[in-house]
Amino acid sequence: MRVGVEPFLMLAAVLFSLGLYGALSKKATVQLLMSLELMSIAVNINLVALSRFVTPQTMEGLFFAIFTMVVSAAEIGLGLGLVLAIYRQARTSEVTNLTELKG
Amino acid sequence: MAPTVSGVAFAILAALCVGGAVGMLVARNIVHAAFWLLEVTIASAGLFLLLDADYVAIVQLLVYAVAVAILMIFSIMITLRRIEDAVRPRDFSAVAAALSTVFCASMLWVLRAFPQAPSQELPAVAPDVAALGKLLFSAQGWSLPFEIASLILTAALVGAVWWTKEGDE
Repeated sequence: MRVGVEPFLMLAAVLFSLGLYGALSKKATVQLLMSLELMSIAVNINLVALSRFVTPQTMEGLFFAIFTMVVSAAEIGLGLGLVLAIYRQARTSEVTNLTELKG
Repeated sequence: MAPTVSGVAFAILAALCVGGAVGMLVARNIVHAAFWLLEVTIASAGLFLLLDADYVAIVQLLVYAVAVAILMIFSIMITLRRIEDAVRPRDFSAVAAALSTVFCASMLWVLRAFPQAPSQELPAVAPDVAALGKLLFSAQGWSLPFEIASLILTAALVGAVWWTKEGDE
């Protein structure tokens, strides 16, 4: 059976939508970060698949995927640091409880 | 004979990815959710191997499956340490479900409506790690973005330590 680039793009779209649902609906900040992680995995699948099928010689998609991973590792590190800082201040890390700036 | 991506392997890995993502979203215990995310990252590393991207697959395993999973577990351990906090109430959001369904449907429609003509055949040339390394570290290639990436990582690390250090607030 021959698999083109489209099944990969469809899989990435489905994964990204699941991550989007999680990012919009979850209440614990750690779960929000997990959903963001899922979205960035979906983006990486897209990049690697397009790189393999469209530019196999120059491998641009692979480099973009590597840099995406760097940025998302930085984002996860900072995000979890932020969660810990919020937890120390408010003794909770629920998104619904972070209402200090609410007008 | 032109190289192909194995349909069976793709189907198994895709099912593992989507199943793990759904499991992560419906898991009530947040530690279970972290392990479902770990499963998704491992399955997507398998997809990268299927696409001849060995280096990206290994980095995915090292960075996501090991480092990020440990970070997740640690912050769950610190911020949600009571069992009442770690086991979440069922939270179904109709608005979020509607929005993400609309997004997914429109993406799939775009993929159907605009077929990628040149990319049905798998190109015969497979990128290997040596070529990737040469391009990554060549001055005409990606060495400047590479250095900037290391700068970003350093800044993020220092920032994360700064934020979480015990301060005199």
